[in-house]
Amino acid sequence: MNRINQKLAEDKKLLSLYFTAGYPSLHDTVEIIQNLEQHGVDMIEIGLPFSDPLADGPTIQESSTIALKNGMTTHLLFEQLKDIRKSVNIPLIIMGYFNPMMQYGVEAFCAKCQEIGIDGLIIPDLPVAEYHEHYQEIFEKYGLINVFLITPQTSNERIRFIDSVSNGFIYMVSSASTTGAKSTFGDTQQHYFERIEALQLKNPQIVGFGISNKDTFTQATKNTNGAIIGSAFIKHLTQNGPKGIGDFVKNIR
Amino acid sequence: MNYQANEKGYYGDFGGAYIPEMLYPNVEELRSKYLDIMNEPSFKEEFDQLLRDYVGRPSPLYYAKRLSKKHNTKVYLKREDLNHTGAHKVNNTIGQILVAKRLGKNRIIAETGAGQHGVATATVCALMGIKCIVYMGEIDIKRQAPNVARMKMLGAEVRAAKSGSKTLKDATNEAIRDWINNPVDTHYIIGSAIGPHPYPDMVTRFQSIISEEIKWQLKEKEGRENPDYVVACIGGGSNAAGTYYHFLEEPKVGIIAVEAAGKGVHSGESAATSQLGKEGIIHGCKTLLMQTTDGQITEPYSISAGLDYPGVGPLHAHLYKTNRGEFYSVTDEDAMAAGLELSQLEGIIPAIESSHALAIFNDKKFAPDDIVVISLSGRGDKDLDTYIDYFKL
Repeated sequence: MNRINQKLAEDKKLLSLYFTAGYPSLHDTVEIIQNLEQHGVDMIEIGLPFSDPLADGPTIQESSTIALKNGMTTHLLFEQLKDIRKSVNIPLIIMGYFNPMMQYGVEAFCAKCQEIGIDGLIIPDLPVAEYHEHYQEIFEKYGLINVFLITPQTSNERIRFIDSVSNGFIYMVSSASTTGAKSTFGDTQQHYFERIEALQLKNPQIVGFGISNKDTFTQATKNTNGAIIGSAFIKHLTQNGPKGIGDFVKNIR
Repeated sequence: MNYQANEKGYYGDFGGAYIPEMLYPNVEELRSKYLDIMNEPSFKEEFDQLLRDYVGRPSPLYYAKRLSKKHNTKVYLKREDLNHTGAHKVNNTIGQILVAKRLGKNRIIAETGAGQHGVATATVCALMGIKCIVYMGEIDIKRQAPNVARMKMLGAEVRAAKSGSKTLKDATNEAIRDWINNPVDTHYIIGSAIGPHPYPDMVTRFQSIISEEIKWQLKEKEGRENPDYVVACIGGGSNAAGTYYHFLEEPKVGIIAVEAAGKGVHSGESAATSQLGKEGIIHGCKTLLMQTTDGQITEPYSISAGLDYPGVGPLHAHLYKTNRGEFYSVTDEDAMAAGLELSQLEGIIPAIESSHALAIFNDKKFAPDDIVVISLSGRGDKDLDTYIDYFKL
């Protein structure tokens, strides 16, 4: 069973953290992953940096620009992660844009992920229909879970389709925004969380975008299975590097 | 061979809509409605009326006698430079603002490189009384001060794109991010035949007025609708798409595309996307783009700010791959010389983008009785500073 599915089966509100590979320093990747597992985080999204990250706000963009300047590449990330399963068991997801994966070769990329022990992928600019038509077989062949985003604007009909194609969890974007935009949730978000809960989807839901502290984590996970923190954690890394991750996690839950 | 986008927005292998889910409702709303809107009689009437009375269409098809003599062939210039705002860009912004109105949008965003599309967008927003925000790379804002001033005078807000390389591709990213954050009230007017479906097709259709006019104008002048060649410069490729559109299915009409080679195709400072690009995804579209082997999008270079886009519209990628189009690339030096030549032979100072198309005679020999139509996509006023620097005028 895929580590993501195993983790989702546990009776708890999952905390997933995102960081950009190659940031703040080129070779922080493994240390950050190990520290996150050690401090009780449930799942990790490793950001594969891209020059033109359309769905991201300034914090993650900036971290991507710096990571690329530091010298991060797809090949180097795979090299850094080649022995990662000797030291951690936490579910690992690579989050990145589709072009670098296309250039690596989609099948070669998926095969490499399986070899390393990556459990899933989040590719914001690979639409569900394209995936379903052209790539689903490849992803499944290599045991990878592909995670799709939904937003408050996504129709119920489309959510049902996304649910039918998904086999891990659904990534609920909290509001119509790029990453790192909001610091509080209002009634709009609450209604959205409740609306999705009422759909009784087969896949669990995890909320992302706009979660930065205990309050937003608690609110986001009331009706869902967990939450993802990205920009707030990047800011922590900017100030502290891979150290002090325990303090960051304690402030969330 | 079919050169129309299919219903998913593909021209052969290129096109589609590779967009984050956050953009899906906006793009889907547009996709499901644009053709119906464009086919409404009231839309056509308003579009035609504005193109005629406001833009000044039809633009002349001018027989360039001295240029023809010099190059020993028959050259016609399609005078998009005489449009209101000085380039072909306004054909598209007029069309899209009318679409936006019918979609009930009350806020317009746009990206701009040199500022021509920004000015054309600010112009139609002023015309319709709609709020306008133009994203422009921080570096371009400094390079193109007169166009920034024009946009401000027209009532638009110009926002600096400070991410990445701070030029056109980053301005496009910022505009897309704005659209993600404002999904309900905003329409994004993309300025070239790029972006996620339906943009390449919609922009091409609005620009297709160029080739529609060439057909009847040439019939009047030469007794035949089809020239032997149509020539246009390509950055993203909107003027080229419009110039080719009604000739794509006419195999006897040669399609010639001229890209910017910058300081030379292999100099490391070039924008010759078809030569240097590989298949990939940029701004929501599968096409040819300049990138590193790792899939990071690279920054192109051309002396012409309107041609330095790292991708090319999906229609053009298809024309390239299927060999329907002949692709050439022209250096800064040759383009500047061609601009000077046109100025002195015909009394027309072209935009540097258009000068690239005019430099085709260096690479391609035409027969004396060939009819060659070149799209003169814009006028040179905006480039005067560059011409002054280059020729020490």
